[in-house]
Amino acid sequence: MLLWLIPVFPLLGFLLNGMLGRRFSKGVINTIAIGSVLLSFAWVIKTLLGLGDLKTGYTEQYFTWIQSGILSVGMDFTVDRLTAVMLLVVTGIGSLIHIYSIGYMAHEGGYYRFFAYLNLFMFFMLTLVLAANYLVLFVGWEGVGLCSYLLIGFYFDKKFATDAGNKAFIVNRIGDFGFSLAMFLIVVNFGSLDFGVVFSSAATKPEGTLTAIALLLLVGACGKSAQLPLYVWLPDAMAGPTPVSALIHAATMVTAGVYMIARSAAIYTHAPAAMQAVAIIGVLTAFFAATIGLAQNDIKKVFAYSTVSQLGYMFLGLGVGAFSAGIYHLMTHAFFKALLFLGSGSVIHALSGEQDLRNMGGLRRKIPWTFVTMVCAAVAIAGVPPFAGFYSKDAILAAADQHYPWMYWLGVITAGMTAFYVFRAIFMAFFGTYRGHEQPGIMLVPLVILAALSLAGGALFKVPDFLAPLLGAPEEGKDIGPMLISVAFGFGGIFLAWLFYVARPELPDRVAAGFGGLYKLIYNKYFVDEIYDAAVVTPLVSGSREVLWKAVDATVIDGTVNGIAHRARGMGGVLKLLQSGNIRSYATWVLLGSVVLLLTIGVLGGLR
Amino acid sequence: MHGVPLSWYLILSAVLFALGVSGFILRRSVITVFMSIELMLNAVNLSFITFSYQWKQVNGHIFSFFVMVVAAAEAAVGLAIILTVFKNRATLNIDDVSSMKD
Repeated sequence: MLLWLIPVFPLLGFLLNGMLGRRFSKGVINTIAIGSVLLSFAWVIKTLLGLGDLKTGYTEQYFTWIQSGILSVGMDFTVDRLTAVMLLVVTGIGSLIHIYSIGYMAHEGGYYRFFAYLNLFMFFMLTLVLAANYLVLFVGWEGVGLCSYLLIGFYFDKKFATDAGNKAFIVNRIGDFGFSLAMFLIVVNFGSLDFGVVFSSAATKPEGTLTAIALLLLVGACGKSAQLPLYVWLPDAMAGPTPVSALIHAATMVTAGVYMIARSAAIYTHAPAAMQAVAIIGVLTAFFAATIGLAQNDIKKVFAYSTVSQLGYMFLGLGVGAFSAGIYHLMTHAFFKALLFLGSGSVIHALSGEQDLRNMGGLRRKIPWTFVTMVCAAVAIAGVPPFAGFYSKDAILAAADQHYPWMYWLGVITAGMTAFYVFRAIFMAFFGTYRGHEQPGIMLVPLVILAALSLAGGALFKVPDFLAPLLGAPEEGKDIGPMLISVAFGFGGIFLAWLFYVARPELPDRVAAGFGGLYKLIYNKYFVDEIYDAAVVTPLVSGSREVLWKAVDATVIDGTVNGIAHRARGMGGVLKLLQSGNIRSYATWVLLGSVVLLLTIGVLGGLR
Repeated sequence: MHGVPLSWYLILSAVLFALGVSGFILRRSVITVFMSIELMLNAVNLSFITFSYQWKQVNGHIFSFFVMVVAAAEAAVGLAIILTVFKNRATLNIDDVSSMKD
């Protein structure tokens, strides 16, 4: 079946564009980059059609990568229904965003570099998704982190961009540390990192061990999927080009954590404490990030916090046992969040770089296609039935209501806030008065496709049923009440946004003034970055500088090494006195030496 | 009739050797230092012959021959060196031949 071709096509694109791209014309670069991703997508379709209904997984093993003691890790790829969903999302949305980027990046420098990095990202993400054991998954995991760093810092001459890239990579690293510890525990307890081996024997292991492993995996997922407390890198990551924000920080990379937890469902279902932790972190993140999103003025930051919030929903779904609902939301979120980002890219492009919502307006008639598609995305994310977001969000909230009603209520309030801030952005950008220019067609096609998916994708692709054989049947709500409540909150949010930004534009400022302190708190993102800086970063940096560098390195280590050199010189200086250049002293030394020699021989018993 | 006691030869040898050592260390002129070296070698020769007579063996005699040969060769080479040094430094004072100092 040649599964390995799926990631290798983009890898070839990366190699060609990366090494030779400087000399290629734009047309050639486009063909290589887009072509490789489209080939990958086509191969995914071909593979999935050829594999039938995939009730059981299909694995290909290529070679043994590590053979050491009890640990044997192979380079293996596997496809089952969960993989199928992820593959389609990654390659499908990846293709659309690659096409969009042709138009968006047309005026930017480093064109070939951008597409090379994007292709490299696709390679790593596909490796992550296809992996059949934790180590190959980790290769993809780290690789997408690397590509995220490269792409966030794409405008490397801007300090805030390179800082953001550093921040993303370093915060991710913290999560990766947790992941690594989890892998160590898995090796020690299960003797293998292979999914098949681990999941089939998970039921036999003590719950404490499984809880520890699950919690450490959760740390890794929090880093990669931007949950509390490791979400701080995602808003800053908006420094990268908008297609990057759409692809990596909305649709694919940040979902790696969700995928990993869903994949490890066998471990989590046997560690209820860890699942509860997942759900709590998820719902708190969702609520927390949504409150920050209410007050942001940069359009990309609004959607960034929205992404954090929606990822929180996915974690909530996973945490209450509705694994397939979480993946369902992953898919629908990919549709409408990618669309929101691409649309905002359109808006920014039309206004020649303006990103502040307060300076936007009246774009409704100027860029009508963008407006229509973004409204499609907005209704989808707000959970308006029968569009995509409604189905997936409802599945999660219904499951949450079964287990932890307080989480259901937090989720519902968050849904209302989500609707509010998304429509706030839409109203501020598209209604009112201003000017701009419509997009090149090539940027519009992906928008239209994504809009169609946002509207119909929920009804068309019934992911929970598809994933039921693998992840358990979706829980049905007992009655229709909770669903109506969440829809009502959604509509309420939309209405409030309309009220604040279209009907009574003076209201927002009055409300903000009225809630003075609270507004300042959420506008400044709860000062989390500042708190981290003071509590973690500054002590670490000054500790490194004062203790480790000045005291240990300079004083102790250098002192020891240099001290040995000084001693040697000192001894040399003493021995130098023997070489006096005075013949008589030489004679004296010879005499003394011979006397000592004779005495020694005499004392030791003579020569005989 | 008794001959000269053996111990007297050995004492003479020791005294000659001590004189040679003190001359070697304490004298200023290079030639005198060399003469002291020859004196030391001859004192050792005397000692060898004495012991050879004591044990009625010929080893001591043979070894004296060796010592004499070495002394002669050494004298030849040493005097050649002294001549060269004198030509260059115009002094026979060993304390003045100290350009290796510091």
